[in-house]
Amino acid sequence: MRKQLMKGNEAIVKSAILAGCRGFYGYPITPASEIAEAAALYMPKAGGVFVQAESEVAAINMLYGAASAGVRAMTASSGPGISLMQEGISYMAGAELPCVIADITRGGPGLGNIGSEQGDYHQVVKGGGHGNYRTIVLAPYSVQEMADLTALAFELADRYRNPVFVLADGFVGQMMEPVEFPQRAIEAPMPPWAVAGTTATRGNLITSLHMDCDDLEAHVLALQAKYKLAEQHEARAEQWCAEDAEIVLVGYGIVGRILKAVTAEARAGGLPVGVLRPITLFPFPIAHFQRLASRARVFVVVEMSNGQLLDDVRLALNGVRPVEFLSRVGGNVPSHDEVLQFVRKQALRFIGEERMAHV
Amino acid sequence: MAEGNKFEAKKQDRGWLQIDGDECKGCGLCIEACPPKVIAMSEELNHYGYRTAIYAGAGCTGCGVCFMVCPEPGAITVFRAVVQRAEGSSRANARVEEAISCASN
Amino acid sequence: MSSEVVQEYAVAQGRAKSFYTRYERKDELQRQTHYCPGCGHGVVHKMLARAIDELGVQDRTILVGPVGCSVFTYYYFDVGNIQAAHGRAPAVATAMKRSRPESIVISYQGDGDLSAIGTAEILHAANRGENISVIFVNNAIYSMTGGQAAPTTLIGQKSTTTPEGRRAATEGYPLHVSELLATLEAPVYIERVALGDNKQIAQATRAIRRAVENQARGLGFSLVEVLSPCPTIWKMNPVEAQHWVRDVMEKTFPLGVFRDHTREAAPRPAPPPAPALDEIPRLLGVAEQDLPANHGRALARDKQIDLQVRIAGFGGQGVLLIGEVLAEAGLDAGLEVSWLPSYGPEMRSGTSNCHVRLSSQPVDSPLVAVPSVLVAMNEPSLRKFDLTVRRGGWVIYNGDAFPADCMREGVHVLALPFTRLADELGDPRVSNMVMLGALLEIDGVLPQASVDAALRRLVKNPRWIALDERALARGRELFKESLRQEGAEAMGGGMK
Repeated sequence: MRKQLMKGNEAIVKSAILAGCRGFYGYPITPASEIAEAAALYMPKAGGVFVQAESEVAAINMLYGAASAGVRAMTASSGPGISLMQEGISYMAGAELPCVIADITRGGPGLGNIGSEQGDYHQVVKGGGHGNYRTIVLAPYSVQEMADLTALAFELADRYRNPVFVLADGFVGQMMEPVEFPQRAIEAPMPPWAVAGTTATRGNLITSLHMDCDDLEAHVLALQAKYKLAEQHEARAEQWCAEDAEIVLVGYGIVGRILKAVTAEARAGGLPVGVLRPITLFPFPIAHFQRLASRARVFVVVEMSNGQLLDDVRLALNGVRPVEFLSRVGGNVPSHDEVLQFVRKQALRFIGEERMAHV
Repeated sequence: MAEGNKFEAKKQDRGWLQIDGDECKGCGLCIEACPPKVIAMSEELNHYGYRTAIYAGAGCTGCGVCFMVCPEPGAITVFRAVVQRAEGSSRANARVEEAISCASN
Repeated sequence: MSSEVVQEYAVAQGRAKSFYTRYERKDELQRQTHYCPGCGHGVVHKMLARAIDELGVQDRTILVGPVGCSVFTYYYFDVGNIQAAHGRAPAVATAMKRSRPESIVISYQGDGDLSAIGTAEILHAANRGENISVIFVNNAIYSMTGGQAAPTTLIGQKSTTTPEGRRAATEGYPLHVSELLATLEAPVYIERVALGDNKQIAQATRAIRRAVENQARGLGFSLVEVLSPCPTIWKMNPVEAQHWVRDVMEKTFPLGVFRDHTREAAPRPAPPPAPALDEIPRLLGVAEQDLPANHGRALARDKQIDLQVRIAGFGGQGVLLIGEVLAEAGLDAGLEVSWLPSYGPEMRSGTSNCHVRLSSQPVDSPLVAVPSVLVAMNEPSLRKFDLTVRRGGWVIYNGDAFPADCMREGVHVLALPFTRLADELGDPRVSNMVMLGALLEIDGVLPQASVDAALRRLVKNPRWIALDERALARGRELFKESLRQEGAEAMGGGMK
């Protein structure tokens, strides 16, 4: 298979169209704008719709409309824009509308900066908007995964009738790597629940409004059952040198790449280090953590945010193993050396100076 | 209400109307709007506790104004006369027929 | 003259077909609407249902209901129904119409919804000329939430949030939505009507029908603003409220047609047919048969390669481009590659740099923390990264004099006035390519064919390709010359 060099942001759009996406509604923001630009170019060619909305608020509500009409559709934004979309995302989760949202993260809070940060974790993984809902969150760490996980996102969105995020940091969105695409485009069938302006769909209703308390409770419980199902079937993670690791490094997105490089060097130096990289952030790959916990002495969470991933790792381990934490924020990336030094320090603490003297 | 409701009218009114006591909330807009003033408010309350509009039983011109000002989709149904000659020649009153076709749904 | 006349009565006005006969989505009182006695919404609903019936578009109609008293439009209308977030119905309607162009999409909004929280959405939907119909019910107050002031509240009108009456000095003036939207070029039809008396109601009926008909004819954006009574919040009986619309409200909000381009507007062209599914990979530029054949498949197997490059300069100096050429050439040569830019606002004066890796192994981290080659377009860029270069690595520096304090043990330096040398080639802007030429010579792993192919993929203008090729060749020569000079000058190769 021949590969081509492409930006992560562009790969998202091409993969989306191949996966049957025929609508893009968005608003420019660094470092996600190339997604809107590529959609403006390719969506009409594929017979789809591109609209540059007047705001992220409008964009997410356009997505609500397109999804209601039964079309696979997506938007893309970054931190501040995702914050603005949260109301609409809550509505879509409530109305059980499938859609894909790419969040190419930047620094915060507030205007923050446009550097690569992972501070959107909480607002994306934990629901973000009002009400008892979850979104499914996929976290690519390479351009190839930007393509592959975008296609998966559309599949999961339809399967669970739920918004699905592709959460990538600015680096993964901006970088170019070789990528290959499926050579067949999918035609997404019209879902039976859509409101499409046809005789067959005239009786359909899209709403998140349930006036009766018992009705709303039943609806919320049905949503939770759906999320439970996703937890059972969709949790994904990549393990790298992890099976025999005594120190398990945990990180997603660009951090996952750094952790691999660090692990390669640490292993070369005899340190029993491995990587567990969550690919789905919701559902969180709890079983992977619990399995590795039997051998690992310590888990080291490395993230470009203030302990947001850390919370989930602690919950997953539920106190059975210590969790150490290394964080850089503000657009700074934990450097290879910085992580390696930190890992060596943990090795001394948790594996012991005696044994470490031999490596 | 089926079309073609047929009966011998005691008085040859051009119109006739029916008010659904379950739908009417007694706002009174139809009473105010009715040009020949043939709608009144009931003395009794319906089972929701509203007084409702009632038709006097005669004098309706079939103009349909009460229907248009009424906020409830089906509280009022307005009928208009289709005049038939006794000989059966079926030459309907042109003005009434036109009015009906304009208003037909 | 016949003395015996038999009369037959036919329904002249009755429940529209586009209404449900029983409101089963409602929890209770399924024969009545949820509206208060005398509320204008029911009247407007009937006008809309009648228009849908008359135009024969019931199956095609999608009604987008907002937040406000009319949140439950889906209880009543037997059409496709969408409940939307507060103020966002025009955005929802935009995408529904674009997604299903054959549908008839109606956005039904109140004045809190449309003229306050939803001002951006209505303005831009109108400005884009979306082919939708908007029914805007203006009762000058927030009713559902219990009577707070709206942008449309009249001067002096009391509300729970203007207890002394609206004052222009603090709350501004009533917002004239129809007049405002009529300043835009795109809308085809905007009219303000009222429910103040029988005549006004007849006119409102015609206007709402026109708004739907315009869409069915494909003409574009239509909006009908309806001045409508709210007896409950206004604390009036229904008849007083109706008269207040006509006698008071209308003075602030004059009725009339503010835009009518329906005669001259041409129906919108249908969207072009979608391409066949099997054409899509090619349209996206990802069809395998269209991708170039690579040149250097054997290369990666022959030699362990791990080239880690940092290229730094200011915006506009072609920093990112030569990084791309390098990565693209590496891919062409069968290597694993990554290219990662520092990115920023698209401004020329900012600093710019990129990380490029070419490797015979899968690239773990695309971040180049310790480059084997640093290309620095200027002194600030040099100073930013010179300490990161690994021992045995290279610095290619654009400048005559390499700053003495940046000299480091074990790091090679090639410092030349690349901009001036590029100028001699015909354009100072190709200094980046001259420097890339030198870089290619340092490692010497990339076949010329791969570099040529990469250049042709990334640079489309043939004049530039020719110039870039000369620049690359010049860079290679300069590097070789410098090695010869250094060899002649001193022992120990090019090490400084």
